Amino acid sequence: MKPPPRAPDLARKLLAQPLTECVACVREGGALPSDLVSAAFDRADDVGAGRESLNIFLATDRVRATESAKELTALIGRAEAPGNLAGAPVAVKDNIATLHMPTTCGSKVLEGYVSPYEATVVRRLRANGAVIIGKTNMDEFAMGSSTENSAYGPTRNPVDIRRVPGGSSGGSAAAVAAGIVRLALGSETGGSVRQPASFCGIVGVKPTYGRVSRYGLVAFGSSLDQVGVLGRSVEDTAIGLEVIAGCDQLDSTSADVPVPRYELEKNARLDGLVIGKPKEYYPEGLDPRVAERCERALDAFRELGAEVRDVSLPHTSYSIPVYYVVAPAEASSNLARFDGVRYGLRVASESGLTGMYEATRARGFGPEVTRRVMLGTYVLSAGYYDAYYKKAQSVRTLIAQDFRDVFLSGVDVLFTPTTPTPAFELGAVKDPYEMYLSDIFTASANLAGVPAISVPIGTASGLPIGGQIIAGHFEESAMFRAAFGLERALAGKALPGEGSA
Amino acid sequence: MSAAATADYEMVVGLEVHVQLKTRTKAFCACSADFGAPPNTNVCPVCLALPGALPVLNRHAVELALRAALALECKVNETSVFARKNYFYPDLPKGYQISQYDRPLAEKGWLTIGELDEHTPVRVGITRVHMEEDAGKSVHDRYPGATAIDLNRAGVPLIEIVSEPDMRSAAEAGAYLRLLKQILSYAGVSDVSMEEGSLRVDANVSARIRGTTKLGTKTEVKNMNSFSAVERALDSEFARQVELLRGGGTVQQQTMLWHGTKGETRPSRSKEESHDYRYFPEPDLPPLVLDMEWVGRVGREIPELPDARRKRMAEEFKLSAADAELLTASAGMSEYFEAVARASLDPKAALNWVMGEVSAAINAAGVTIDQFAVRPADLGELLRMVRDDVLSHTAAKRVFARMVETGKPPAQVAAEEGLQKIGDDSALVGWIDEVLRENPAEATRYRNGETKLQGVLVGLVMKKSKGRADPRKVNQLLPERARS
Repeated sequence: MKPPPRAPDLARKLLAQPLTECVACVREGGALPSDLVSAAFDRADDVGAGRESLNIFLATDRVRATESAKELTALIGRAEAPGNLAGAPVAVKDNIATLHMPTTCGSKVLEGYVSPYEATVVRRLRANGAVIIGKTNMDEFAMGSSTENSAYGPTRNPVDIRRVPGGSSGGSAAAVAAGIVRLALGSETGGSVRQPASFCGIVGVKPTYGRVSRYGLVAFGSSLDQVGVLGRSVEDTAIGLEVIAGCDQLDSTSADVPVPRYELEKNARLDGLVIGKPKEYYPEGLDPRVAERCERALDAFRELGAEVRDVSLPHTSYSIPVYYVVAPAEASSNLARFDGVRYGLRVASESGLTGMYEATRARGFGPEVTRRVMLGTYVLSAGYYDAYYKKAQSVRTLIAQDFRDVFLSGVDVLFTPTTPTPAFELGAVKDPYEMYLSDIFTASANLAGVPAISVPIGTASGLPIGGQIIAGHFEESAMFRAAFGLERALAGKALPGEGSA
Repeated sequence: MSAAATADYEMVVGLEVHVQLKTRTKAFCACSADFGAPPNTNVCPVCLALPGALPVLNRHAVELALRAALALECKVNETSVFARKNYFYPDLPKGYQISQYDRPLAEKGWLTIGELDEHTPVRVGITRVHMEEDAGKSVHDRYPGATAIDLNRAGVPLIEIVSEPDMRSAAEAGAYLRLLKQILSYAGVSDVSMEEGSLRVDANVSARIRGTTKLGTKTEVKNMNSFSAVERALDSEFARQVELLRGGGTVQQQTMLWHGTKGETRPSRSKEESHDYRYFPEPDLPPLVLDMEWVGRVGREIPELPDARRKRMAEEFKLSAADAELLTASAGMSEYFEAVARASLDPKAALNWVMGEVSAAINAAGVTIDQFAVRPADLGELLRMVRDDVLSHTAAKRVFARMVETGKPPAQVAAEEGLQKIGDDSALVGWIDEVLRENPAEATRYRNGETKLQGVLVGLVMKKSKGRADPRKVNQLLPERARS
């Protein structure tokens, strides 16, 4: 008879297993949560998660994570329900308020700031047995698509460290892709979960606006922001979303819509499912490698019994211009509180109050944040409001109407590329507008408030490519069903990062 | 400038009144909205504007705002929208104030401030009533060389009541404000105390030649801390504008500050006018969609308003118009009177006491009627004791004085002080006999038929009894004791 595996080895193996298996093992007492925490930190060391290499975390707290793991062990010992994420190490994007560890949003203006309260999503994670191991790097205030806009240096893509992990949730995507955690929280305003998921070869979910509480998520574009989940598999992200989703008294924009159990059928046939292929998402100049992988995915859908239908979302081309009016407008107001008066950075000035404001904000904010605050201030100004903000809001309703129409026409979900290209090299995209185009296929779901998921659909020259499935409001079940089917159909084809654990 | 010098000009006034709603908690969080707590103790992540915190609307604030709007005859909008008013100031933690802008809670109401004759009411139009939150307080004199911020008040719910430019004199503005204050107090909307800052007034004032209809350029006058200050500031600012216009000058649209001690308005040095508030819909709060049935219920449940109470009380308690007016000037006083009137079963006595003894006592003590030690039920009982001849009027006044000091019920005070009327024959006979013995000359004359001495002797008995003897019984007993 073989001797039982040593606990740390088991924990290390579990970290590479689906969440359900990992959690089941913990709940049955087969593995200790503290061993999983150790395994996660060991893995972080092994892959070089530190500042000098991948630069995934802005803060970690091994001591407290170990303590929480022990509390969880006690809970299991008393036969109390430890929750659906029992013992799972989880990483949290640094714009989500956590106790004990700083919440800096990747900005100098919040350097060292520790929140005295906890975000609802974090509370729900912990209540379900998750162990928060660290805060992940991000583009400053979630403004960016490469994590190069972090005031604390860029995160690198674990698949290819010369390349960006995408952004703004680049740290969370890298933590999952590097095998440090099975699950991480990110946040979305225009694609900040799906785009890095696509670049790192993992799954990223942006739920319906209102599905998840924003209480404790540091606001960027309040009408677009939503906490999202990054994971290794569709099933993992579905479990994660189930835990964090649901109405919250502390967020007036969270919806009182019941959260279903996202049942994923193992046999995953998609008979009867109608998948829309919106032509605006397959433009002439689309990277041929991306186009080819998408066609392959569509074939896989057909093989599963789904019908693929050509559809049109005619206002798609306005999504980036609309997004870059609405999001900066809200950001200019949301970021006004970083004024040096109550917390965070304060730079004293000889020239009184106004001088203090100017010096604090000039030194506290990086160039992209400054650019967007100025842009947002401009579009809300008297004399420009109607031409920009108001116009953008009316076009936004047209974009949302496109989605309503297409889903009313009998289409269940849409399938598109997540990004126009695979991950680019650090420093390669210098023009801000070119960077903005990274979100060209994702921003519309935020503007319309509909849920969307990015799933790996293959690689090109070793670089992951993601496909996006978009569903109607609160139709995450349909979205997961399609994504799960696709994932299984494409399984067997090696995905980057998968074999390295 | 004399009144004659401004006689060919007409004053045009519109008022913006901010009123703090009487809620237990703040507008968008669960912090206490109480006045006077130590600095920065009624605060939380929401009203401190910590990163990630979100506002949640206080339903009771909406209810009180609705009461105000409905009491002012406004049309309530089924859907209204919160908006952010953006500006930087240290006591504005979020860098924006949550307010309402192009879609306010209610619009197009009015307040009748008097009548020209029986059929011509003087109405001031209410442009809008909208909800917003208060800012914190900057404290400039606490630490040398630094400004301190107290955020207890940040997020306290307010309504702003904007009037049409319908007032034509300082007196009309004063009448509007006093009536508005009365209504809001009656409706339980607010404490409406200018001292505590729960009512604040800004005035828009302009001047035009009498008979013309085009509005002149207005100035906004701020920094007035009482209604009479508003009236004086309006007169002063109007005179300043008229002098300018007469001299061929023009009025500049600007903010003026009232300097009470100097008795003049002066341009504010702040650059308020150059502010661009960049209003836009508050994305953290969905539009406020009201259940109109609930709105109807709120309207029906508004406590009785001054006009209605004045009419009802005049009729029910047979009060003169002047007395009814005086009694209903404050909600508290009229409620007090009504309770006393009902408890005493003697509205006339209640009126005399409330207007006389009670008013004098609360003025002397410097308290409000709500804080007054003598509760209306007790005063009612006191008046009943007088009516039932248990107490003489003189004794009742002494009992009342003790009640004011101690807050004890009248029966207890009367017993403790031994002030209850004594109708017991043996005690009375004792006093009468003593008086007859001690005044033999008068007693003899009385016995011999000088009946006019009855009054003198009764008075002496009353004196001996220290006012406690029941004079009616003394009168009965005296002739018979004199004969014996």
